[in-house]
Amino acid sequence: MKRFERYVFLRDLASRWDMLAFIVVIGLIAWLGETSRGLFAPLSQLTRTPLSLDPSHLPEYAARTTFRMLVGLAVSLLFTLTYATWAAKSERAGKLLVPILDILQSVPIFGFLSVTVVFFLSLTPGRVLGAEFESIFVIFTSQAWNMAFSFYQSLRTVPTELIEAAESFRLSPWMRFWQLEVPFALPALIWNMMLSMSGGWFFVVASESINVGHTDIVLPGVGSYIALAIAQKNLVAIGWAILTMLVVILLYDQLLFRPLIAWVDRFRVEQEPGARIPTSWALTMMRRSKLIHAATVAFHSGVLWTSRAIKRTDATVAPVVARPKRSLDLLWVSLVVLAVVLGLWRIVVVLVSHTSWKEAMQVTGLAFLTMLRVFFLIGLASLIWVPIGVWVGMRPRAAQVVQPMAQFLAAFPANLLFPIAVYGIVTWKLDPDIFLSPLMILGTQWYILFNVIAGASAIPTEMRYVTANLQVTGWLWWRKVALPAVLPFYVTGAITASGGSWNAAVVAELASWGSTQVRARGLGAYIADATTAGDFHRIVLGIGTMSLFVVIINRLFWRPLYYYAERKYRLT
Amino acid sequence: MNTTTLLRCTDVRKAFPKPDGAELLVLEGMNLDLHEGQIVGLLGRSGSGKSTLLRLIAGLAEPTSGQVTYLGQPIDGPAAGIAMVFQSFALFPWLTVFENVALGLEAQRMPRAEIRQRSLAAIDLIGLDGFESAYPRELSGGMRQRVGFARALVVHPNILLMDEPFSALDVLTAELLRTDFLDLWSEGRMPIKGVILVTHNIEEAVLMCDRILVFGSNPGRILSEIKVSLPQPRNRLDPTFRELVERIYVEMTARPKGTSGARQERFPGLGIGSVLPKVSTNLIQGLIEAVAAAPFNGKADLPEIASDLQMEIDELFPVAETLQMLRFAELEGGDLKLSDEGLAFAQATVDERKHIFMRHLLNYVPLAAHIRRVLDERASHSARKSRFIDELEDFMSEEAADQTLRAVIRWARYGEAFAYDDENAMFSLENPT
Repeated sequence: MKRFERYVFLRDLASRWDMLAFIVVIGLIAWLGETSRGLFAPLSQLTRTPLSLDPSHLPEYAARTTFRMLVGLAVSLLFTLTYATWAAKSERAGKLLVPILDILQSVPIFGFLSVTVVFFLSLTPGRVLGAEFESIFVIFTSQAWNMAFSFYQSLRTVPTELIEAAESFRLSPWMRFWQLEVPFALPALIWNMMLSMSGGWFFVVASESINVGHTDIVLPGVGSYIALAIAQKNLVAIGWAILTMLVVILLYDQLLFRPLIAWVDRFRVEQEPGARIPTSWALTMMRRSKLIHAATVAFHSGVLWTSRAIKRTDATVAPVVARPKRSLDLLWVSLVVLAVVLGLWRIVVVLVSHTSWKEAMQVTGLAFLTMLRVFFLIGLASLIWVPIGVWVGMRPRAAQVVQPMAQFLAAFPANLLFPIAVYGIVTWKLDPDIFLSPLMILGTQWYILFNVIAGASAIPTEMRYVTANLQVTGWLWWRKVALPAVLPFYVTGAITASGGSWNAAVVAELASWGSTQVRARGLGAYIADATTAGDFHRIVLGIGTMSLFVVIINRLFWRPLYYYAERKYRLT
Repeated sequence: MNTTTLLRCTDVRKAFPKPDGAELLVLEGMNLDLHEGQIVGLLGRSGSGKSTLLRLIAGLAEPTSGQVTYLGQPIDGPAAGIAMVFQSFALFPWLTVFENVALGLEAQRMPRAEIRQRSLAAIDLIGLDGFESAYPRELSGGMRQRVGFARALVVHPNILLMDEPFSALDVLTAELLRTDFLDLWSEGRMPIKGVILVTHNIEEAVLMCDRILVFGSNPGRILSEIKVSLPQPRNRLDPTFRELVERIYVEMTARPKGTSGARQERFPGLGIGSVLPKVSTNLIQGLIEAVAAAPFNGKADLPEIASDLQMEIDELFPVAETLQMLRFAELEGGDLKLSDEGLAFAQATVDERKHIFMRHLLNYVPLAAHIRRVLDERASHSARKSRFIDELEDFMSEEAADQTLRAVIRWARYGEAFAYDDENAMFSLENPT
């Protein structure tokens, strides 16, 4: 007997989750409209309606900032899918594209900012849009590189069996990309997107309050709010900014990253049995909601349509691996050589004609100072965070509490600590060369903590039992068990922290609070000065030196250490 | 025989707290003596608490009540005279063979020269000389486990605890290590005075142990104790050996007596509240076919079919019991006998099999029947998973409820009794388009 249910048609039409989805979707649309309205306003609008420290404006500012971050992330994604794919697919291009990516990664974000600002502003003369482009570009440069690297790595490590399966079904390259390669790369990519987001937040002030030479633009947003609060010495406003960031990062986490992580879990090729399956209420909402379901079905059929539209390889023709023509190789090599020679020529012209040996030596000296700071700080952070990370990693409950906290702290811009740093240094007449340094590692030390926690929690239970059974304790335990076990993870974290600290030097070696400025001697302060002065040649010299240092340190120190740790200490 | 008692467990009970405040009982009423010169085997299926007991003895965990004493002293942490060998070897990949072995002595802050001398002696004894400077990744599984043994023996323990030490090895290597170990043991060349061996391999237990404690599950308890008085070295083909193996099979497949009242999480139980095992329909079909075919022709002796199919009891028993629950076979006196329906199933075509399976599933698995009834009654012919999870959790733990529902989904999909959409966590009658 079937039971008669009265409102069953209503339940079929829309579920509770639909209500939730409706509110969220409409909210998003309203926010998008609101935010994009200001884009086409003339630049003069910015000066006519100056930024206000009234916290009631913060929701709007936060929306503007979030919107930029989102667009930056989308552009980074686009870059990742094209650049990294090209590098992975074409052997020829890869030889050049991968090192270029490596260099781009080591160029401080301020470098891109100062060089491109004129270009972007000239795109839409007199409109806010150009400034927005610039801001988004800066965000992009803080997000894109590690995403592209992760995607490149994934493309290179797709399991041979899966590739062979795709080949035997004669999938077109397009289908293979979307059905095999992208899904395979997604888990690592999403993780890197989260890291990128933190990187974006760290430079939020620099990306919105653009101050290069005579160009001085303040885009409405949380970053500019912070910059203004610092200029006006308004501690209450700083507090409001911190609160706003906390809320926005939380929303991002809940509405974007949590669902993504729960969703990509299905793309993991190796499922560890018993591993906890990530969940997200937002994803549940999207899956349960009929409205969103309809949208995804439409999207999916669109994807299918593109797959059908692309011709697949002919069945009868046996695929002959064509040897690349030698003449093409020659052409390619000569093009690369030409580009390198031209680049070198430009650099020499710019540097030789406008800077002196003395200046170059001085900059190298400053770079050594900054290097000293970075290494010292990494060492200091390691002394603090490795023991704590091991302790936390051995206790899953503690790890659950600490991880999200560290995630928030990693996104915490150094500028927010300027008041404390400047006040402390001025009041107690401290040496800024030493006491400004901690700001450099403010955001990056957490990568050491993240990774050490992950390493410690990866120690197998039976291995812990062995040490208990043999009564290995104290220093012997640290030396023979804990430290070796976390070493590969630690090195990964330290590499990220080191690269990030160089980048942060530009923000951290020059701190201001109101009209008081405190500076440390170093390459970061040099670049920051040159940027403010709009001295193009010194900017190039500073940035070139910094990139050179970062690349050399990576090649000579971190990379060998990484391979050594991977080979000897990786738990299988 | 010397009767010094090395180790004694009295009324040991272990329970873990559950989130809802109740407790999950894993071990109950454990009484066990280890005398000098004995190898005692703890034999049982996974989840019978035998590994938990081993950890209590090793001082890696504490009993909820009861006491474990070593040479008359209560154990309240890892004791110096008790060493352990692990299933996964648990070697440190960054230490060489020598350094792995020496670690336990270094923890005792022994002089360097003595560490060296004793480590080399242990390496020598276990047949590892020449491998001192190798890293574990350079060694085969068998050689790694030898390092595991050397590492345990080097501290000169009185008691050696072995947690399924041979189960991660291939058949040949495992047999070699077993005989090597037994040789050293019977010649008295190892410093140890007593051994406790955890295993789920019946033949291994009969081959190695002087006494075997057969464990039952839910909660873990000792079902029976079997003395093995065959002289070493033992011969697997000896009729007395076979008889013992057969007897343990019967013992382990016997239906629990007096099941009324107590927590009954084992099938063949009645009602919705019984926990269903993780058994794939391929295994169900495979076992039916194997038993139906020659040489068994519908009735198989469990030890025989286990060695025939190369299945450990841990793998075989759940499948056999599922056949019994679905009335495809009967477990009696260590034999697995197909029912008429079981025989018919073996002869049927793919589609007929699905049909027979659905009938049996809905008739004999109350949870499947319940889900089907709910779906039939509803106008939408769909229902949420959470609804059934809630129902199941009145009877069992959250984990068991999840496993049970997964099992029933798997079977229902094969029999096409109902469909399930994991993304929406919804049961429905028809397959999604």
